[in-house]
Amino acid sequence: MSSEMNVSVPLPQTTPPLVMIRALGLIAAICGLIIVSAYQGTYDAVQENKRIAVERAVFKVIPTAKSIVEYWALPDGQIEKVGAGGAAQQGAIKFYAGYDERDALAGIAAEGAAKGYADSVRILFAYDPGQQAITGFGVVSSRETPGIGDKIVTDKAFLANFPLDAKVSNDSLANEIRAVKNGSKTSPWQVDAIAGATITSRAVAKAINDTAQALVPRLATHLDKLKDKP
Amino acid sequence: MHESVWQIFINAFLANNFVLAMFLGLCPFIGVSGKLETAVPMGAATTFVMLVASLCAYGLNLILGALGLEFLRLIAYIVIIASAVQLVEMVLKKYSPGLFRALGIYLPLITTNCAVLGVALFQTAREYDFAQSLMFAVGAGAGFTLAIVLMASVRERLQLSDVPSVAQGTALSLMLAGVLSLAFMGFAGLGG
Amino acid sequence: MSKTDRWDEFMEGVWRQNPIFVMVLGLCPALAVTVSAVNAISMGIATTFVLTCSCVLVSLLRKLIPKEVRIATYIVIIATFVTVVDYLIQAVSLALYDALGAFIQLIVVNCIILGRAEAHASKNSPLPALINALGMSLGFTLGLFALGAVREILGAGSLFGIALFGGSFQPWVVMVLPPGGFFVLGLWLLLFAALERRKQRKALEVAQHA
Repeated sequence: MSSEMNVSVPLPQTTPPLVMIRALGLIAAICGLIIVSAYQGTYDAVQENKRIAVERAVFKVIPTAKSIVEYWALPDGQIEKVGAGGAAQQGAIKFYAGYDERDALAGIAAEGAAKGYADSVRILFAYDPGQQAITGFGVVSSRETPGIGDKIVTDKAFLANFPLDAKVSNDSLANEIRAVKNGSKTSPWQVDAIAGATITSRAVAKAINDTAQALVPRLATHLDKLKDKP
Repeated sequence: MHESVWQIFINAFLANNFVLAMFLGLCPFIGVSGKLETAVPMGAATTFVMLVASLCAYGLNLILGALGLEFLRLIAYIVIIASAVQLVEMVLKKYSPGLFRALGIYLPLITTNCAVLGVALFQTAREYDFAQSLMFAVGAGAGFTLAIVLMASVRERLQLSDVPSVAQGTALSLMLAGVLSLAFMGFAGLGG
Repeated sequence: MSKTDRWDEFMEGVWRQNPIFVMVLGLCPALAVTVSAVNAISMGIATTFVLTCSCVLVSLLRKLIPKEVRIATYIVIIATFVTVVDYLIQAVSLALYDALGAFIQLIVVNCIILGRAEAHASKNSPLPALINALGMSLGFTLGLFALGAVREILGAGSLFGIALFGGSFQPWVVMVLPPGGFFVLGLWLLLFAALERRKQRKALEVAQHA
């Protein structure tokens, strides 16, 4: 640290450099000590909080789930438990397998993100392998306009879009999940946009589509393995 | 989610303008927007420092990530920004005295401009790659310059108009900023 | 140092030198996170922690810090405590952490803190530095609360998340959007300027009568 700090320091005028370096070294040591102890002291609580937050979000989109297991879906079509050695590869998608009280697969949840009206809208959606459909979603973070864009989670007509068809054909979804103008939904893979919040509705559809296109085909061959809680 | 560099630029420049939509860099925005002739160099100096800070932060983040020292990120960023500002100041003084005279007094102020640290922190949080980080810094700097120049132009005009004396000063500047911010909301969704 | 001196030192930051309404410093967090009263108070508490800890540490080390490198040292000390508060908030509540966003880390460039470290803590012993820092923090927190409360009441029709008006209330959404922040702070400053103006006029009248 001290070498970085010295860059910002002009040549000494009155204090000898050695004294200055000693003082800076001492202060850097004190600060380092404080930061490391704070990091260590809060580490467990922070990890626990993050776990609870993930669980709560997943249980919301998969209502029957009672426990979850985190997986990576790798680009070569394999799946791997998170934390089971191998680090995340480029292009790997994280997903959560939710299990009910009898440890049977209740659904699969994954995150998606797309540009909304104000900033990116990050959502968590649930995929039901039995129905081959997207059954619902929850917002992870969004800065959409209160009272307009945030209707995506309250508007009954919008929520009635689900389940969305997500059948697989070859290596992608059979039909692209996309938003259509309010009142013009004709197929089970289309999202009927909220009138007045078209951009946000489109972001939700795009976020689901982007992740589902890559993730759902990779899951197809592993459903037997995922069926029961490991 | 992949954003093209143009989307990032437009978003940082207009739709999510650093000053008017994200509330970053308000101190110079209110403090140095009295005259156009100071607003323009301030914007230019800030853009330049943002670019340097963004590059440094990108490199630093790679090093910290490789060493597993993420918890030192904030302290490392702020030290490197302060150092970068000082370095820029010294280089300018030596090689371009004219430019130094124009920007010099603003450079120390920029160290504590939260927009600069904001660029570094946001590009890390959004996991931008090198080109994206660069474009983000340019867009943010251009957005800051646009906001401060617009504000200075309006305030120069206001000096000639009849305003209730009690409202003069910061209160009026803030109201103006509110109106500008309202106008910038019209850009939302542009970078979709 | 007598009791009244301490009280004066404390009230300096709360009222006469209020960081938000009088000195107009630290505006970025003041406007960005004050969409609700809870966020405003949380931000106030986080800033209080950083400000008091940094000022006490700077004051303790003041004889040790060479004056050529003092600013760099202050920034490092402040950044340390900001990192600490960042982890503490994550440990307490992730929802709060998400609501405050990048502005927790941006406390580090809040000019109030560097200003206090430079102007007060570096010249005084720990106790006055602590009192002064606490006063400033309270002033800052009150300022944030004044902004957050007004914006939440007008923009969402509630205070601390409790609905204040009946179901027929149509929230004034612009108040929780960015322009609302500028407007509400502008109006508060206008109010203080008008009060100050009236006080001056009264004082003038008294002086003329005498």
